[in-house]
Amino acid sequence: MTEADHSELKMLPLDALHRELGAKMVPFSGFEMPIQYEDGIIAEHLWTRSRAGLFDVSHMGQLEVRGKDAAKALEAHMPGDFIGLKEGRLRYSMLLDDNGGILDDLMVTRRADHFYIVVNGAMKKADIAHLTRHLPASIEVKERADLALLALQGPKAAAVLERLGAEVGLITFMRGSEVRVRGVEMWISRSGYTGEDGFEISLPVKNAAGLARLLLKDKDVKPVGLGARDSLRMEAGLPLYGHDLSRMSTPIEAGLTFAVSKRRKMEGGFAGFARIDRQIKEGTKVRRVGLKIDGRLPAREGAGVFAGERKTGVLTSGGHAPSVGGPIAMAFVASEDAGDGTKLQVEVRGKLLDATVVPMPFVPHNYVR
Amino acid sequence: MSVYYTEDHEWVSVEGDTGIVGITDYAQKQLGDVVFVELPDVGKVLDQGAEAAVVESVKAASEVYAPVSGEVMEANEALQDDPAIVNASPEENGWFVKLSLSDKSQLDELMDQAAYKAFVKTL
Repeated sequence: MTEADHSELKMLPLDALHRELGAKMVPFSGFEMPIQYEDGIIAEHLWTRSRAGLFDVSHMGQLEVRGKDAAKALEAHMPGDFIGLKEGRLRYSMLLDDNGGILDDLMVTRRADHFYIVVNGAMKKADIAHLTRHLPASIEVKERADLALLALQGPKAAAVLERLGAEVGLITFMRGSEVRVRGVEMWISRSGYTGEDGFEISLPVKNAAGLARLLLKDKDVKPVGLGARDSLRMEAGLPLYGHDLSRMSTPIEAGLTFAVSKRRKMEGGFAGFARIDRQIKEGTKVRRVGLKIDGRLPAREGAGVFAGERKTGVLTSGGHAPSVGGPIAMAFVASEDAGDGTKLQVEVRGKLLDATVVPMPFVPHNYVR
Repeated sequence: MSVYYTEDHEWVSVEGDTGIVGITDYAQKQLGDVVFVELPDVGKVLDQGAEAAVVESVKAASEVYAPVSGEVMEANEALQDDPAIVNASPEENGWFVKLSLSDKSQLDELMDQAAYKAFVKTL
């Protein structure tokens, strides 16, 4: 989003705690959010990869979709198999327009009597409007603004939660469950945006600060801001909506073909299927790739990508990757230049930096399946 | 030796006709972790206010301007291998360039340490 007038910005439920912890607050997704705490982005990033980082992601939208044949209704707008999604399972998906353009990327969980959907904070209003307009009247779309969302990410995350008495051992990657922690009911899923093992915890706003303080008392937990969230997700090869993903690209161009479930590929019946089907069969003109950039100078979103004299694309994300120890980027480039190992160049302030197309993730995922 | 400061949070430490330029502790805290510093070539003539260096933090690229005019006599090569020196020691080891000053009267426009400290308090 563009930087709005600060007076229009909303405060996170944990705002006071962030400030108490020495956070530097910046506008993001319509909220004042902590970009970093006192340790700084690199330290927070490395801490998350070795211990456990606590993120406040309450800016994200938490929606409930319920009603007769809700799975089928959702399938008309997303390429995932929701009819076949079992209770307590999560599926990464995207809301698509009629041309197959990505309106948002999101996480869908089937719960006993509804679907729980977590969407990007900046797209929340648009998503709700889109779903409300396009789903049958019998389907209810409800925003749960009364809930906060925390993420505890890193190899120590499970042990930390278990020390609090939260039974999360049986919750494996991309599963979620209702869990009672110190007398408070919360929804905990094993998922996240860092490439590490970790959990996302949805709980009433009124209980969020209490849980956060409890977690922060653990020697393995430190608060981690948006800055490290961005470098962690980049290293994990995970796209960020509004940067790497937009209405201008399809899931196939964005390298997210895995999110088009097998049955949906064969049966179609979702917005943009004609174009997506053609792209699966015939390929795309452009593709999202990962780039490892030589040297230390970070290249950022918007930098041009060249194959010799020819401009082949543009960076959609880029920066210093603390665990890689140098600059990495994501770019959309012409498919002919998208093969692993292709040597390209990235322009930063008139200088051309050598770069190589590499498979993502840049840092191996550590999911507990 | 006297040290002068700008409102853009650069400092220049002057001895004779030589000025060493860097950024203040306040500036490095605002930038966060520095991961790259782009320095000018030796021999480059910088006008007051011209870009003297570019500091890349994890978050963003920020320009550092020459507080005064001068010719670059030396650039701090140590920053190439370890840009984090700018965070650890912004007002000593993390200097950027050594300038041969061409117009010392420009120093009169800058703040002394007490004035800069007072200025930072207003931010």
